[in-house]
Order: sequence, then C-alpha cells, then structure tokens
Amino acid sequence: MSRLIRKLLLLLLVCGPMAASTAQELSGDDMRSLDGQVQEIKSDVLNIASELNNLEERLLYPSNTQIAVFVSIAAAEEFRLDAVQLEINGQLATHHIYSYQELEALQKGGVQRIYTGNVVTGDHELRVTMLGKLENGSDFTETDSFVFAKGVEPKALGVTLAGPAFGKSGIQIGDW
Amino acid sequence: MSQAPRPALWLLLTCCLATSPGLSDELKDLYFGEALYYAHQGDFFDALERLDTEVRQHDDVDEPELDTLYYHIDDAEFSLGDFELRYRMHHRAGRAITAVLEGAVDEIVRNDAAFRLARIHFQKNQLADAMRALERIDGKVPTSIRDDIEFLRANIHLAEGRPADAAGVLQGLLDSAGFGGFAAYNLGIAYLQDGQRQAALEQLERAGQIVTDDPAELAIRDKSNLVLGTLLIDAGDYDRAVPYLNRVRLDGPFSNQALLSSGWASMSAAKTDRAVVPWSILAEREVTDSATQEAMLALPYAYGKLDVHGRAAIFYGRALDSFSAEVDKLNASIDSIREGKFLQALIREEIRRDKDWVIRLRALPETPETYYLMELLATHDFQTGLQNYLDLADLQRKLLEWEAGFDSFEEMVAIRHAHYEPLLPDVDTMFRELDSRMRLRIEQHKMLVKRRDHMLTTPQPEFLATRDEQLILARLEHIEAQLQGSESPFAASSMLRVRRLKGLLTWTLETEYHARLTTFDRNLRALDDAMAIVQRQYDQYVRGRQAATHSYVGYEVPIKQLRAKVRNAVETIDRLMARQGHLLEFVAVEELIARRSRLENFGDKARFALADSYDRATQAQAKVDDRQ
Repeated sequence: MSRLIRKLLLLLLVCGPMAASTAQELSGDDMRSLDGQVQEIKSDVLNIASELNNLEERLLYPSNTQIAVFVSIAAAEEFRLDAVQLEINGQLATHHIYSYQELEALQKGGVQRIYTGNVVTGDHELRVTMLGKLENGSDFTETDSFVFAKGVEPKALGVTLAGPAFGKSGIQIGDW
Repeated sequence: MSQAPRPALWLLLTCCLATSPGLSDELKDLYFGEALYYAHQGDFFDALERLDTEVRQHDDVDEPELDTLYYHIDDAEFSLGDFELRYRMHHRAGRAITAVLEGAVDEIVRNDAAFRLARIHFQKNQLADAMRALERIDGKVPTSIRDDIEFLRANIHLAEGRPADAAGVLQGLLDSAGFGGFAAYNLGIAYLQDGQRQAALEQLERAGQIVTDDPAELAIRDKSNLVLGTLLIDAGDYDRAVPYLNRVRLDGPFSNQALLSSGWASMSAAKTDRAVVPWSILAEREVTDSATQEAMLALPYAYGKLDVHGRAAIFYGRALDSFSAEVDKLNASIDSIREGKFLQALIREEIRRDKDWVIRLRALPETPETYYLMELLATHDFQTGLQNYLDLADLQRKLLEWEAGFDSFEEMVAIRHAHYEPLLPDVDTMFRELDSRMRLRIEQHKMLVKRRDHMLTTPQPEFLATRDEQLILARLEHIEAQLQGSESPFAASSMLRVRRLKGLLTWTLETEYHARLTTFDRNLRALDDAMAIVQRQYDQYVRGRQAATHSYVGYEVPIKQLRAKVRNAVETIDRLMARQGHLLEFVAVEELIARRSRLENFGDKARFALADSYDRATQAQAKVDDRQ
C-alpha cells in the first residue's frame, strides 16, 4: 500500500507540472503573438499622444502667450517638500501637494512641469511658496517673489527648491 | 535549472534606471528632466511621449549645438531605449541606442551604448545580435558596467548552449562585488550543462556557502543548496543530500521545496523518523502551496511506515478535509474567473499603486483564485500577458479621456470663430490704412538715411538749408534769372546785390554745415528709435492678428483626424483586451483545473490510505489484545 501511495505521489509530481506546462506552452505562443500587437498599439497611442499634446498646446497655450513653470529640487537636499504654490501677478496660478512617489522622483533629478498657462508679453511677477518639513521634523514655509519678462516666444521658468539656509533663499529661479 | 539566467535578467532590469542621468550632471534641458520625473515614478508612457518628442525636435533643429538637449543627447537616447524596454516595447527599444552607437561619439559612450544594445537584444532573445553588440566593445569601458558586461556575456553563452564558454567568463566574476553570488551559482549550472558533474557539485557547494546579507544573494545561496540536494537525490546519494537541503533557510523562497525534498531524501535513505521532522513543519504551512499539500499526504505515509497507524489515520483525515475544502475553493475560483472577476480585480487601480500588488492580490477576499495562481503569475509568459492586459487597460482609459476632450476643443474653436469673425474685417480695413501710411513713412525714413550717408562722404550744404533759407534761395535765383539780359539801368547793381545775398546765404550754409549735419544725424537717430517702436507695435499687431486667426483656423482637420485615430485605437484595444483577457482567463482556469485534478487525486489516495490506516490500527490493537 505504502509503495503504491509513494508511486502515485511521484507520478503526480512528475505529471502535474507537465500537464500545466503544456497548457502554458500552448498559450505561450498566443501570448507572444499578442505581445507583438500590443507593442504596435502602444507605439500608435504614443504617436497619438504626441499629436494631441501638440494640438492642445497650439490651441490652449499659443507660443506668444505661453508660460511654463518647472520645479526641481537642488542636488543633495534632504528636506521633505510637502507643497508648492505659485501666484502670477497676485493671482493663484497653481497649488500642488506632493505624494511620496513624486517627491522621490524630484529627489532623483526629475523636473516637474507644475504649471502651463498664458500671460501677455511684458514684465510679470511670480510668487513661489513652498511648504515642507526639515530633517529634524520641524515644519517650514518659505516665499519668494521674482520678476520675469515675457517675450513673443514661449517662456519656461525653472524653480529650484532647497531647504532654508541662513541668509539665503531656498527658492531660486532660472530662465530657460 | 534551465532558468539560470533569470536572476541576472532581473538584476539587469533593476539596475537599468539607476544608470540614467539626472544626478550626475547639471540638468540643462527641462523637458528631459520632465521625462525623468515621469520615469522615476514608473510612468513610462508619459516619460516616453515627452522624451521622444524632445529628441525628435532636437534632431530637426538646424543648429543642434544651440539646443539645450545637446548636452544630454547621449543620455536622452539611452534613456529612450531604457524607457521603451521598461514599457515592454522591445521591438522599438534599441533604435535610439543604435543611433548613438553609429554616431561619432566618445569611446566610453560608444561602449556603454554597445552594452545597452546587447542587453536589449538579449532580452529580445536575439542572442547572436547580443553577442555581436558586445563584440563592438573596444577600448575604454566605464568601470560601473565592467562586471555587467561580463555577466551578460556569460548569460548569452549559457542561453546559446555554450556552457564551457560561459564557465570561462563566470570564473572571472567570482570576486565581483555585485555579481559574485550569481556568478557562483551560474558557474555551477554551466558546469552541469557542460557535463562536468563533479565540478558542478563542488561549485554549487561553494555557491551554497557564500557569506552575504543581501536578500537576492541569500536567495541564490538557498537555490544553490536546493539544486545541489536535488542532484544528489537524483544520483541516489540520499544521505549526502540532506545536509545541503537543511542549509536552505526556513524563511526563504525555496524553503517549502527544500523541506519536501529533505523528507524524501530521509525516506529514501530508510530514515523514516527523520523525514517526519521537515514534513511536520511543512504540513503546517500555507495549504495552497503544492509542496505543503504533498507533505500533508507524505507525513501520514511516514507515520504509517513507522507503524504509528493511529496518528497516520488522524493526519490522513486532516489532509482529506483540507483537500476537500481546497477543491471547493478551487471550484469557486474557477467560477469566479469565468465570471470575469479575476480581470476586474487586476485592473483595480488602488491595488496597483502598491509595487507588490501581485502579492497583495492574495489578500483580496473577492479574488480567491489568486491563492492558487502565484506560481502561474510568476511565469514569464503569464507576466507578459498580464502586464500587456494592464497596459492596454491604461491605454484604453487614456484614449477614452482624450476622446471626451475633442468636443471641448471643437466648442472652443467655435466660440473663438464666433467672436473673431465679425471683428476682423473692420480691424483689417483699419490696418490696411495704417499699413499704407506706415510704409510711406518707412520709405521717407529710408530716403533720409540714404541722404545722410551720402552727405558723410560728399558734403551738400544746400540739403541742410532751412525752409526759409530754401525759399529765399529760390527767390534769389528767380530774381537772378529775371535780371539776366535785362536792360534796366539798375540791373547791374541789382545783380550785385542778389549775388551778395546769395553769397551770404552760401556762407551761412557752408559755415554751419557740420553743426547742421550733426543736428540732422541726431534727429535722424531719434527718428530711428521712434521707427523701431512703430515697427515693434506693427509686428505686435501682426502677431496678434495671426494669433487671432490661429486660435480658430486650421483645427477642424487635425481634430477630425485625431478623433478617427483615437476611435480606431480604442477599437483595436478593445479587441486586443478581449483576446488577451480571454487568454489569461483560459490559462488561469487551466492552471486551477490542473491543481484541482491533482488535489482530487490526492484526496482519493488519502481516502484509501485513511481506510487502510484504520484497518492496520485496528489489526495492531487486536494483536495487542490477543497477546494480553
């Protein structure tokens, strides 16, 4: 009896995976064929996305009025950025609260396009407020204002954020 | 064992983005940084869309060295390849990297590109191309990828069925900080594939004793011991197999299989009492695991061999109840999959936010099927199919959102059309009038500039005469003409007076010429500024006028075309999702049916063995009673 059970067990051990793998192999060919088609549609949708972004930009943000603001975190900064608020000429432009993933992406060198909008040519004021937490756990808020000139070409402004340091603003702005 | 290169593949994939730019160099292109921002969050669709557009725009500019992407173009093209791979677009991946490889780039950059290209070919299973790409590596190699290159080379040899070549490469990697553990294991497998059994056993023994605290290396150490133990069992060397199997950590991913094999090795060595220990541990573990299920049957079998039939009967009874409950669970799971609940659960976004979402599926009460699908979920083909299904679901969501936006676009264009169209004819009429006046002034300005430039080389004082002086001069010339040939007695004296007056005027014009020219030049320069302001306003108007037109003209066709493309893509995705979903469900159901069939067989044997154990227990008891 015991020998019979063991033989059956061994038989099942051998046959079980074999039966499963045959089904998997059969479907594997179909999976691979579908994979090629999925890659094609991904490529098509990427092209559509690119065309759509282009159309959207032309329609919503023509180059002579377009302004885009990008946010990055200075290298080797350890503070936790919680939120950023932008005001252009005293009007709230945008407010963003950061998730852990977004913060990590910024810390790894990513740059976030936080705002795209329209302003007329000429001088404007950008007011940036950041809220965050220092390594010691204390909260901080910092605000700084900058004047920028908008010409006929699209305007891109890069805001680089750093933790507060004595006598130095943690918000720096660069023109691109 | 044939999956030996898999850990390497996993490691290579995880290393991929770590080498992407962003931290090392100062970022000069915001749009490249934006692509990285999405990539670092695992959103490779948006990362690819942005970076692909940016690279294409860079390729189209006349003076690329003036473009900000110029400083990152190699990194950007590498990243494109990485993103395409990570978005599982293997067909496209490599295109950008090949461009780097064929360009006039630094030796280090070219070698890096060759490595990345080889890795892509390897992942596409294009082994000859992968090896050709590696052979292009020549000269200086970045230190950070030196071991990666050799490890990839060894894996290609293994996949090509050239274990001896792989072994040669792997030997050089045994002391590598990043690949030592993997190289040690793969070297053992290479020896085994090469028929060097003894060398394989010795190497796997070494791989099974590496000292490390890295989770991936600990896992590969466990795998080395498990493979070594299994090889010894196959060879009938049961006693030697047990210590290796016992080295496998109890909390590692290979623990269940090691406990099961350890029990069978002891049984085969006729040490039944020792088999009870690992099987007892295993029988208490997660009941859906196939090794556990086997142990639930093997444990009472061992007790039976030890003549402890009463205990054997109890354990057979437990196994029977458990198998029966699991068969019910499997039936429910098969029904659930057939009702489409499996796919519904997979595309739930809140689950997929967690990076271990596949594992977390087990915790969902409404998806019992996933209990039995862990092994299937881990297979490459199923993973590919599953990821494709999820990607298709994401694309479908995006496309439907875009489709909904077209109506807003059209409405926006219609509102602008209605606003501007009645205003523009009057504006254009006014503009035409202003435009002709401006052109006249521009021509006059040009003429004055030309005259000034001419006077700088050829002085012409009369050009700088005032209006009064011009009138006086004209009158004097008129009088002079009348006096010519006059017979009047005063003609001579009058002529003399006229010439004196003309001389006075000429004297003034000549002596004040430089001062007047300076004033003229100053005034002309002031006019230049005024003309520049006028020109700016003119240009601003023209741009404004163009912007007004561009805000509503020329959108009809692109919107229509995009709408059609989106619709077609949605239809294709619906079709592909249906096929992919059906395939996933089919494979999942097949897997569950196979597991159910196995459990039903186990149940039958348990039932038979239970009865047998009761008989034997009763007989044993009767014998004892007889003796008494």
